[in-house]
Amino acid sequence: MFVRLSAAIAALSLLGGAALAQGAKPTDPQIAHIAYTAGVIDVAAGKQAITKASNKDVKAFAEGMVRDHEAVNKQALDLVKKLKVTPEDNDTSKTLSKQAADKLAELGKLKGAEYDKAYIANEIAYHKAVNGALETLLIPSASNAELKSLLQTGLKLFQGHQQHAEHVAAGLK
Amino acid sequence: MLPRRTFLIVTALLSGAIAVPAHAATIQIVMDNLVVSPAEVTARVGDTIEWINKDIFAHTATARNGDFDVAMPPKKTVTSVLKKAGTVEYYCRFHPNMRAVLTIAP
Repeated sequence: MFVRLSAAIAALSLLGGAALAQGAKPTDPQIAHIAYTAGVIDVAAGKQAITKASNKDVKAFAEGMVRDHEAVNKQALDLVKKLKVTPEDNDTSKTLSKQAADKLAELGKLKGAEYDKAYIANEIAYHKAVNGALETLLIPSASNAELKSLLQTGLKLFQGHQQHAEHVAAGLK
Repeated sequence: MLPRRTFLIVTALLSGAIAVPAHAATIQIVMDNLVVSPAEVTARVGDTIEWINKDIFAHTATARNGDFDVAMPPKKTVTSVLKKAGTVEYYCRFHPNMRAVLTIAP
């Protein structure tokens, strides 16, 4: 148990340097907030890429990220409303947002092919980290069945995005 | 002896039946929750595939060998007619973890 939680925290740490206090299991309102935040972060990264990317596959990938993450986050909002759950901000979400803002600023300074490569590399790492957190921490911790099911859909979606990003990265070499 | 008009109609129906390939079928393939089902389908050239996308995400059915590339907007059904025989692996360009096989007999 301790090992699994540690691995999950390591994944989240990679994602944002965040760690849940004392390895505590996140609650459903916290899980909803973390998952939603993770989506918002990728939408922001995608919107930046749509304006900055020079490669057409990178641009198409970014459009897909904005489309999918906005769609799944809308579904998440509908679900929390239905369940009367108020997403609860927490240290993990805060750290994720902070790290993402830094990354966005860093990528914002790059141009052309250098930007394209850095954006896609970050998308691969980011989706990998989110998938790790979903698999080892967020899905097992979720107690509401509908929330768990939405997270499972999210995992399949993010795994698809990771593979798509890997294909695009391979085409850039 | 049949009236001449009836004879013509019967002839037309018969020749029509010969011209249309026998039993062109419509087959449904569903994309739901990022899963393609059935994952393996057998069909014939001339059959119609009804691609049903139940997801809130856009998907594609993209043949690895380039034989077809069908775009499915969210919550929409699109149809395509199979034109070439072969065993075709296809996937979704946006979510390459969605994979399936279509075996098309001549």
